[in-house]
Amino acid sequence: MRAYFRNIGLGIVTIARSMWVAWLHLFTRSVTLQYPTERWDMPERTRARLFNKIEDCIGCGQCARACPTDCITIETEKRGKDEPAVFASDGTPIKLRTYVFDIDMTLCCYCSLCVFPCPTHCLMMTKEYEYSVYDKKDHVYHFAVDKPMYAKSSKEHTVDNA
Amino acid sequence: MESIAQLLQLIPKYDVLPALVRASLPMLVSAIVIFALLSLVVLFLVWLERKVSAHMQDRLGPMYVGGWHGWAQTIADAIKLLLKEDIVPELADRVLFKMAPFIVFLGAFAAFVVIPFGASSIVSDLNIGVLYILAIGSLAVVGIMMAGWASNSKYSLYGGMRSVAQIVSYEIPAAIAIMTVVILAGSLSMQDIVNAQKGGIQRWFLFRNPFTFLAFFVYFIASLAEVNRTPFDIPEAESELVAGYHTEYSGMRFAFFFLAEYANMIVVAGVATTLFLGGWTQVLPGTVAGQLVPGPIMFFLKVMALIFVQMWLRWSLPRLRVDQLMYLCWKVLLPASFILVAGAGWLAVYWK
Repeated sequence: MRAYFRNIGLGIVTIARSMWVAWLHLFTRSVTLQYPTERWDMPERTRARLFNKIEDCIGCGQCARACPTDCITIETEKRGKDEPAVFASDGTPIKLRTYVFDIDMTLCCYCSLCVFPCPTHCLMMTKEYEYSVYDKKDHVYHFAVDKPMYAKSSKEHTVDNA
Repeated sequence: MESIAQLLQLIPKYDVLPALVRASLPMLVSAIVIFALLSLVVLFLVWLERKVSAHMQDRLGPMYVGGWHGWAQTIADAIKLLLKEDIVPELADRVLFKMAPFIVFLGAFAAFVVIPFGASSIVSDLNIGVLYILAIGSLAVVGIMMAGWASNSKYSLYGGMRSVAQIVSYEIPAAIAIMTVVILAGSLSMQDIVNAQKGGIQRWFLFRNPFTFLAFFVYFIASLAEVNRTPFDIPEAESELVAGYHTEYSGMRFAFFFLAEYANMIVVAGVATTLFLGGWTQVLPGTVAGQLVPGPIMFFLKVMALIFVQMWLRWSLPRLRVDQLMYLCWKVLLPASFILVAGAGWLAVYWK
């Protein structure tokens, strides 16, 4: 009999206590981030979409070799002796013409292993993480702008979304 | 209804209309008025429920539709539900399946006949109003059982069975708790009960004597169980039964179950307000605010306060187990309500 009344009393006390907790939470600040209008600031070393600054690229292909998923395709040819010398922004002479530099972001595993070997620091991970597309093919990013002069390209390559 | 009948007198040649039309037109008009108001209030309540639940969980809830804090969210949802396909399961009992949501809604809607919104705003002041409320409230049980059985789905059947067991059990303590008020008011008419509480907060039956004070809580707990709300939402337990008796429903019929659920909340809050919180009478009749606020607004505010408590409880308490539910009803609330009725009767006779 005593347990019966103690249980009822305990029920009333615990209900009051939990209601008080809910009441306090009614006035605490919401933690929701209204996503499309507000966004988190991405951390300093965020690894999201890859970007290649093609003017600095010497076409060495070290990134393609480092890539564990083979998502980078590079095709180059030697620049002619009569062509004017080109230099990357850090002074490295660009001896190869990169006429294909494709990154397939559907294959990318965001490991950033391609970024470290780049001698001219032209390949980098950006903070851009919202790049969903309707067609999977649009996830292949073509960075090359030059056309091949001597070699025959293995790819039909178009210059877009660099 | 008298005021509506007086309004209808303004229609030209109203007196030469056939007697049948003259008798039924006020009823029709009041039914339409109540249905329209009810739908609006339910739309507001669904939005409020989502906002209250969101903020109690440190979220924001709907924020976009309509601009200001997502006020049009439920309107958009209602339109979506009305336009959706109305699916009837292949092996369901078609007639019962199609009828059930309307019977459930009828149980909630018919109760509005005797709820006094104001001094003259009552559809029909039946002299057995309280009894009528209790009787018509039981109609929902039939509809819920029909829905659960006709769906031919185990989740629906379990939900319907649990709901019926729960409502049938909890009607008893609710009815007996109401008896304490009836003893004090000496009438079963809702309007008489409100008139007995005129004159401010200290005249409310809630604060009249300790027995009615406790009876209010007994009634409130039992009414929570009657409208299947947390902590008594085992008929709709999302984690166990999908959605209970309305699992198989879609489109407009589902919307009707939703409407009935919220209409039932308004009914039980309205009955609690009428019986214990003074109905449409003023809280502080002497003050300026007491004279300015009209009766129906006062009633609405009190009902909203009670509904807010229902929502508040929903996000404070976990769901009861079936055996705990029955324990609470038969071993705690029922003896308590008997003692309260005996005590209230004793006070009414020997301590005037």
